[in-house]
Amino acid sequence: MILSVHDLSVTLGGSHILQGVSFDVPPTGITALLGRNGVGKTTTLRAVLGEIPATGSVDFGGVPALGRPTHRLVRDGLGYVPEDRCVFAGLTVAENLRLAVRSQDPDFRTVFGLFPELKQRSDQSAGTLSGGQQQMLALARVLLNPQRLLLIDEPTKGLAPAVISAVAAALERMAERVPMLLVEQNLAVVRRLARDAVVLAAGRVAWHGPTEELLGDPARTRDLLGVGSTVRRP
Amino acid sequence: MSTVVLLTLTGLGLAALYFLIASGLSLVFGLAGVLNFAHGLFLSVGAYAGWFVATHWALGPAIPVGVAAGAATGALVELVVIRPLYRRPTEQVLATVGLSLAGVALLQSIWGADPRSYPRPAWTAHTTGVLGAQVPDDRFLLIGAAVLVLAALLAFLRWTRYGLIIRAGVENRAMVSALGIDVRAAFTLVFTLGGALAGAAGVLGGMYFGSVSPGQGAGLLIFAFIVVVIGGLGSVTGCAVAAVAVGLLQQFVNYYGTSGAGDVSVVALLAVVLLLRPGGVAGKVTA
Amino acid sequence: MKALIPLVLAVALPWSTLDIPFLFDGPLNSPGTLQLLGVCLVFGGLALGYDLLFGHAGLLSFGHALFIALGAYGVGILVNHFYWPLWTAVLLAVAGAAIAAFLLGAVALRVTGIALAMVTLAFAQVGWIVVNRDPGGLTGGEEGLPLGPAAVPGFLVGVANTVNLYWLALAFLVVVVAIVHGIRRAPLGRVLTGLRDDERRIAVLGLSPYRIKLATFVLAGALAALGGVVYVLLTGGATPYLASTDLTLSLIVMAVLGGAGTRWGALLGGIVYAYLDQRLTHVGGSLPGPLGQPLFVLGTLFVLAVAFVPGGLAGLRRRTLSATAS
Repeated sequence: MILSVHDLSVTLGGSHILQGVSFDVPPTGITALLGRNGVGKTTTLRAVLGEIPATGSVDFGGVPALGRPTHRLVRDGLGYVPEDRCVFAGLTVAENLRLAVRSQDPDFRTVFGLFPELKQRSDQSAGTLSGGQQQMLALARVLLNPQRLLLIDEPTKGLAPAVISAVAAALERMAERVPMLLVEQNLAVVRRLARDAVVLAAGRVAWHGPTEELLGDPARTRDLLGVGSTVRRP
Repeated sequence: MSTVVLLTLTGLGLAALYFLIASGLSLVFGLAGVLNFAHGLFLSVGAYAGWFVATHWALGPAIPVGVAAGAATGALVELVVIRPLYRRPTEQVLATVGLSLAGVALLQSIWGADPRSYPRPAWTAHTTGVLGAQVPDDRFLLIGAAVLVLAALLAFLRWTRYGLIIRAGVENRAMVSALGIDVRAAFTLVFTLGGALAGAAGVLGGMYFGSVSPGQGAGLLIFAFIVVVIGGLGSVTGCAVAAVAVGLLQQFVNYYGTSGAGDVSVVALLAVVLLLRPGGVAGKVTA
Repeated sequence: MKALIPLVLAVALPWSTLDIPFLFDGPLNSPGTLQLLGVCLVFGGLALGYDLLFGHAGLLSFGHALFIALGAYGVGILVNHFYWPLWTAVLLAVAGAAIAAFLLGAVALRVTGIALAMVTLAFAQVGWIVVNRDPGGLTGGEEGLPLGPAAVPGFLVGVANTVNLYWLALAFLVVVVAIVHGIRRAPLGRVLTGLRDDERRIAVLGLSPYRIKLATFVLAGALAALGGVVYVLLTGGATPYLASTDLTLSLIVMAVLGGAGTRWGALLGGIVYAYLDQRLTHVGGSLPGPLGQPLFVLGTLFVLAVAFVPGGLAGLRRRTLSATAS
């Protein structure tokens, strides 16, 4: 297991967001982290990353992670692509990428192979990119460095269907090289990419197993993920 | 006409002083989120260090010594007081409030509460004719220093890796950490940088006003705060624009209106800017 | 009603001839000691009034001194230059400060957080500038404005009547405590706490956060002005210090040292701070180097308290209590 989360609890502003979340992420492939809005998916990622205080234990690559500063975990190969991309709007595309470079030998070949558009737009300021382009830039930032696990939060949120498809394809290619923990609302994307799924409900793990077992059962899907969840083809 | 020229250049001299104080303040707030009340202390420490060197040794090294003293104070404050309070922003502000009170009292216990006269280069006492106005040369010293600092700061932010980190951190500091960068090293850097600029402002301000007193920094700090808010927190260019606006407004209204009206009009300008654009001229929306 | 015991003690204190060496220079009922205690009580009230904004409503205002100065200088100017009777002047000065708080608050409270701190700081700076520039000889500039003794009722004048001034200060403190604690208990208190913690929650309830904040701002401004008036009566005149940012910073220090947002924290912090400030000034000359500067000692104490004693004196007491209970 590349990541083992055990009994993770988070209290923010007096309310218990996470109440003893436990799950594992295998060292290959994509694991989906699912659940309705507000169940604590993003909180889980941020707690693992050390951005918010949490109790319990998190083990990343055999080393306890809780309490370690975020930047050290990231340097150890924990890549993070946050919700809403968080590219630096005032910096150019090239500057965004340059900022992310940590290794002696950044992998620009892979990045520009996956996202050739970024090369053409390298002098454009990131704030003027489209949502899809910003997402590609956010993914590119983690791909420049050697990684052991990627935490990716809602990469297709707010994107047009054609762009969702492109992002999903990119994620699929990335997953050949590095395991991922993926938060995603679009169940078609989940079905296409994720082998396993962890479902959160009310701050706890409500279900854990192969994705097909979850999404292949409409009643279970509706029960765990809400009535509105439908499996759309990307 | 010559009055207007003289007022403009005097206003720009004042603007230069405000810019030297406010740019560091703005970067510290923009990156580290700390409203630094101790910034006036950095200025006073720099001013007294420069004064000490100038009166006991020579005038030449006063500026580098003042800059070094301000930088050292800034770094020390960040490492000893601000860093342990990381993630407790209100406490950080309060701690700088306590530091500013204690620091001014400390200076007062060493050099007394009364202003000390500040030595200055002989050439600054001369005047130069500009478009019919006789302008004292100390204005040019301040304006020149500020322009130099502005250019250097912009180049630093634009072309260096730490500049890149600071610009990104002003936008979203958590994301900088999430890229594997120790953003706290950048905090120490901006505090040191801010301290250095404040130290320079202390020495140059001492030469400009002809005296130094323990509370001088705190008095200038309020106008620097106004410049920072008008300019937009974390923006060096916005800071420069706002400093010029504030310096000129203050100088002209003080001359043509009653005494003190210039200071009041600066506050009015702040109120107007905040109501129209809560994020300041540069428009970065910060709570 | 445990609070009544210290109140009774405070009321009865001027009848005591107890001499506490080191803490006070003379017996408790000596004019010097009563004056010192009176100033402590005024600052207790001022700090608690400020904490209504800072600790209870979460509004970080750096302009509180402005309203204290409006009360102090308002009374001084009306009495000295316009020969108004004292009590009418007090009423008008406090009402004027409340109106000023309303107008300035209406502008300042449109922004929040650091921007609010900056705007209030800037507004107060105007007060400081005006007081020091001495427009029309009204404020006396750096010299301050001594209150003409002719206008003050006889029972408040002279060393022998210091005890009455002490009681006046106590009465001011009781008024502030009654108002602040009344608000804490009333539904408004819970609304204020809600505002401090999450403004959206209050907006959801259909209440206007802006109006509630403005009302609190006006009330705190009026209490500050009243405190300024009592301070002037107690010390004989207004000084520019009352309009300075340093005074506001001191109030913040008092509230935080005592424990912001608690029942008695700010009050206690104000009393302790004012006591230390006066005593350290008094014994300062005999202490070496920076220790002779009260602000150096208090500022350093404050930084240490912020770093190591979260919750101030009130938090310390709570922790000690829970430690002894377990």
